[in-house]
Amino acid sequence: MALLEVDRIHAFYGHIHAVKGVSLQVDQGEIVTLIGSNGAGKSTTLKTISGIIRPRQGRVLLAGEEISRLPPHTIVARGVGQAPEGRRIFPRMTVLENLEMGAFHRADRGDITADLERVFTLFPRLRERRTQAGGTLSGGEQQMLAIGRALMARPRILLLDEPSMGLAPVLVEQIFAIIQDINRQGTTILIVEQNALMALSVTQRGYVLQTGEVVLEGSAANLRQNELVRKAYLGESS
Amino acid sequence: MFSPEILAQVFIFGLANGTVIALIALGYTLVYGIVELINFAHGDVFMIGAMLALTLVGALGLTTGAPGTMLALELLGILLACMVFCAVLNVAIERFAYRPLRKAPRLAPFISAIGVSFMLVNVGLFWKGPSPRLFPHLLPSVDLVQATLGTPVSVAFTTKDLFVILLTAPLMVALHLFVGRTRLGKAMRATAQDREAAAMMGIDVNRTIALAFLLGGALAGAGGFIAGLYNNQVHFFMGFRAGLMSFTAAVLGGIGNIIGAVLGGLLIGIISSYSDFYLDPRWTQVVVFGILIVLMIFRPAGLLGESTPDRA
Ligand SMILES: Nc1ncnc2c1ncn2[C@@H]1O[C@H](COP(=O)(O)OP(=O)(O)OP(=O)(O)O)[C@@H](O)[C@H]1O
Ligand SMILES: [Mg+2]
Repeated sequence: MALLEVDRIHAFYGHIHAVKGVSLQVDQGEIVTLIGSNGAGKSTTLKTISGIIRPRQGRVLLAGEEISRLPPHTIVARGVGQAPEGRRIFPRMTVLENLEMGAFHRADRGDITADLERVFTLFPRLRERRTQAGGTLSGGEQQMLAIGRALMARPRILLLDEPSMGLAPVLVEQIFAIIQDINRQGTTILIVEQNALMALSVTQRGYVLQTGEVVLEGSAANLRQNELVRKAYLGESS
Repeated sequence: MFSPEILAQVFIFGLANGTVIALIALGYTLVYGIVELINFAHGDVFMIGAMLALTLVGALGLTTGAPGTMLALELLGILLACMVFCAVLNVAIERFAYRPLRKAPRLAPFISAIGVSFMLVNVGLFWKGPSPRLFPHLLPSVDLVQATLGTPVSVAFTTKDLFVILLTAPLMVALHLFVGRTRLGKAMRATAQDREAAAMMGIDVNRTIALAFLLGGALAGAGGFIAGLYNNQVHFFMGFRAGLMSFTAAVLGGIGNIIGAVLGGLLIGIISSYSDFYLDPRWTQVVVFGILIVLMIFRPAGLLGESTPDRA
């Protein structure tokens, strides 16, 4: 059974039909990417999984149990963590407080110190900045904080929405290396990316989204070879 | 007329009234901070608190000049009852009048708040009638200045003034620590800064917003009781002026900012007191709003308002 199963979901903004019957699966321990151009419905798909948007049709299952009718805070408690598009750091709270908010739902509060330590080991920069207000961090630091904050929930599956956005190439590589580390440490990951080349080089499988529909899926290696992907997302001319 | 004694006396009176304004202002600022709603009914929740206090004082048979050993406990009981009642009332108002409109345009909940305000004013009118009601002088009014110096001085700082400050200060400190240090308090700040991100962190946004109304209501209830005790008069329309003054205080201090609300409340209390005494009470609102307008021109975010961007 897949850890996360998205089953033919439809999501709307008013009359705009943003996601049209998307299905995808992520197995325990996998790292999977969802790529597609601007406005394809990638972020909407993630928001539907985390309960911020309710699907009008279709279901989302976590380890076989339906979560798509639950409020977002309950979905987090079930094990879905998210680093949203645009980072969405709490700007007037310190780095430490932001991380604490990531662990908000957890009953085992005693253990938070261990997880803080883990996040600070992954992102030493955050340790240096722990008392600084989130809003004053650089873009890259904010991205680290957004990922670290999501990890504090000890998610079974981590949803990352464009972790490379706005970062210098060196930093992109660094962030992706850390994402792979996190995956190796046992967290299942679904990652949305514009940077398809990067995403396909670190993930095992991928889905290609176009105007709200999955048009291609397969192993990362196969997708990298695919004509359509090469032309549309890897910036190659034929 | 401008002798130091009179200046000091008017200051003390303004300070005591300012603490009550600050208590109400905190409710405006908490609620605005989290849902960006000017809770127009908030002053009337304060009025209901004062009315309840008067009813309880009557029910317990407390009268002027009867300070037994029981009195302190009874007053504390009434304070708690007013806080609980107004907290629940404010949460109910949010649940039924504002929450259903949360996704509606900003104007809708504001109109709803004006409606709730009218309803509460009418409850007050029905409950205690149209004319001001006397609130018994329950607090001993011993002059502490005279008591310590041994000789009478023309400035009085009475046990009554002291009592008001001793009651309000711990409430404010407690609120400040709650919002700054506790898990739920931090969740309130997170929700105020980015509601959707807060939900993604596992924070129950509805409950957190209700919590802001709960705290604001409790402080307004305490304020109603204290205002009755200090000014010895309650009236069904007292919430309007108090609400206006407190809202102004919250804006003056920087709306959404807790310390700002307290600072604004004290400033407005003191300024009003001088204006009442040296000009005329009828000019006081003009003076207060004049100061607000001038301040808004030079510091649109208020005295302690933050100018950091809202979105990271
Ligand atoms: N809040 C909203 N209100 C109305 N329409 C929206 C809203 N958010 C997204 N949309 C629309 O839904 C569609 C899908 O948007 P979505 O944000 O999911 O795209 P995306 O694939 O994440 O794009 P990008 O790569 O640019 O982030 C777009 O056409 C967008 O205009
Ligand atoms: Mg997006």
